[in-house]
Amino acid sequence: MSSRQKYVAFETILAKEVRRFTRIWVQTLVPPAITIGLYFLIFGNLIGARIGDMGGHSYIEFIVPGLIMMAVIQNSYANVVSSFFSQKFQRSIEELLVSPIPNYVILCGFVAGGVVRGLAVGAIVLLVSFTFTDFYIHDLTITVLIIFLTAVIFSLAGFINALFANSFDDISIVPTFVLTPLIYLGGVFYSVDLLPDAGRLVSSLNPIFYMVNAFRFGILGTSDANIYWSIVMLFTFSALLSTSCIMLLRRGTGLRH
Amino acid sequence: MASAISIQELHKTYANGHQALRGVDLEVQEQDFFALLGPNGAGKSTLIGIISTLVRQTSGNVSVFGKSVATHPYEAKLDFGIVPQEVNFSPFEKVADVVMTQAGYYGLHRSVARERTERYLRQLGLWDKRDNRSRMLSGGMKRRLMIARALVHEPRLLILDEPTAGVDIDLRRSMWDFLQEINKGGTTIVLTTHYLEEAESLCRNIAIFDDGRITECTSMKSLLNKLELQTFIFDTQYEIDMHVFRGSDIGHARILDTHSFEIDLKPGEDLSQIFTHLSRINILVKNVRSKTNRLEQFFLSRAKIS
Repeated sequence: MSSRQKYVAFETILAKEVRRFTRIWVQTLVPPAITIGLYFLIFGNLIGARIGDMGGHSYIEFIVPGLIMMAVIQNSYANVVSSFFSQKFQRSIEELLVSPIPNYVILCGFVAGGVVRGLAVGAIVLLVSFTFTDFYIHDLTITVLIIFLTAVIFSLAGFINALFANSFDDISIVPTFVLTPLIYLGGVFYSVDLLPDAGRLVSSLNPIFYMVNAFRFGILGTSDANIYWSIVMLFTFSALLSTSCIMLLRRGTGLRH
Repeated sequence: MASAISIQELHKTYANGHQALRGVDLEVQEQDFFALLGPNGAGKSTLIGIISTLVRQTSGNVSVFGKSVATHPYEAKLDFGIVPQEVNFSPFEKVADVVMTQAGYYGLHRSVARERTERYLRQLGLWDKRDNRSRMLSGGMKRRLMIARALVHEPRLLILDEPTAGVDIDLRRSMWDFLQEINKGGTTIVLTTHYLEEAESLCRNIAIFDDGRITECTSMKSLLNKLELQTFIFDTQYEIDMHVFRGSDIGHARILDTHSFEIDLKPGEDLSQIFTHLSRINILVKNVRSKTNRLEQFFLSRAKIS
C-alpha cells in the first residue's frame, strides 16, 4: 500500500470509530457529563466549601483537573477496549485482518478513535466545570500535551486488554479492579501533602498520580509531582505500550489461530 | 496460465493438537472456477483461513499470484477478496457503509469507493437497502452484501466459503449467474460448498478434502466420468406396468409407480439408446431427470468405501 492508501485506511478506521461512539452518544458522551457534574456539585460545592483551600486553590478548582483527567482516562480506555472487543466478538474485525492494512495503521486508527472520544468527553467535562467555577489555564502547551499523551496511553492499554479478552467480563475487570483504584488514589481529590510518608511512597508508584499532577500543573500551575519527570514518564509509557501492541498484533495474539 | 493459488506441503496443527491439514498440495490456475469439497471438519475452512491470514500455518508454503501469504501478506492480500462462511460485518452499520468501509481499508479514494459501492450493490440487488442497518437484512441479503464487500477492491481472486448456505433456490441461481459473470470477466473463483449441485454447475476443477488431505484434485468432468453408473427417472405419458419391459433391451428398468420408472446407465451407454428402446415398446416419455446429483452420488459412493 502507498502512503496515500495507508492514510485512507487510517481515516476509514478513525471515521468508523467516531461514527460508533457518536451513534450511541447517550451511552458514551452524556454519562460522564452527568457523573462529573455530580462530583462538582457534591464534592466541589457542598463538601468542598467546608474543606477550604487545597494546594493554594479552592477545593473545587483543585479537583477540576483530576476530574477531567479521570473522564479522559476512563473514556479513552473504554472506547478502544469495547470497540475492538465487540468487533472481535462479532468477527467484524476479520474485515480488517484480511485487508492489506499494516498493523501500525490498525493500531493508530483505534488509538486515534480512543483519543478523540477521550478528548471529546474531556471537553464536555471542562464545559461542565465552568458552570461551577472560573479558572484560567496556566500553561496551554503542557495541558494539551499531557491530556493527549494520557489519552494515547489509555487507548493503547485498552487495545491490549481487548486483544487478550475472551469475554465481556474480561473487558470490565481492568477498569473495575485496576483503573478505578489507581485513579482515585492518584490525587484526583486530594494533595499528597495530606498523606503520611508511606502513603506518599505508594502514590509515587502510581503512574496516574503523575498524569493528574502534570495536568493540574498545566491548568492551575501547582503540582505534587515533578512536571518534567512526569512528561518523560508519559512518553516512555506511550513508547512501551505502542511497542507491545505492535508485537502482539504481529504475533496475532487473540486474533489469529 | 499463472497460478492464482499455489500450495505446497501445507500443515496446520491447532494449539489443542488437532491436525486440521496434513500436507496439502494444491494449484488453482488463474481464471479458474474451482471447488473445494469435503465433509465438515475436513480442513476446507482452515485452508481458507490460512490463505486469508486469519489462521497461521504450521508449515508449508501458500502463495497467491506468486506472493507468499506468510512473508508478503500485505501484497498478497491486495489480490484476493474473501466471503466467509459466517456473517462478519457490523450489524449496526448501514449497508452502504459496510462496503464503503471495506473500500477504505484497501485505500480506495472516496469517489472510487462510492462508484464501486453503488455498482456492486446494484448488481447484487441491494441498492434499495443501502441506508438500512445491515442487521435488518434477510439471510440471503447478508450473503450478497458480503460478496459486494469482497468485490469492492476488485480482486483477481475471490474466495467464497459456502456463499449460498441458507439461501433460497431463486436467489441461489441468481448468485450463480452473478458469480459466473464475474468469472467470465477474468476473476478466479474458489468456492467451498455443501450444495454439490452448485459445485457441479459452476466449477471446472475440484479438490476433495477428507481428514486434512486432498483425496482428489481433478477436473469436474473427469471426476464425474469416474461414476460407475447414473440413474435416470422417466415419467411416462400413459400408465405402465412391469410386463412392458420383459424381453426388451431395457429389462433392467425398475417401475416406481404407475407413471414412472428408473433405469441405470453404465459408462459408455447413451441416453438416446434408451429412448430408441422405449419407442420400440411404445412408451411415450413425458419427462426425464437424473435421480441424484451426480457429484452427490460420487460422494456417497466414496463415503461407502471409507
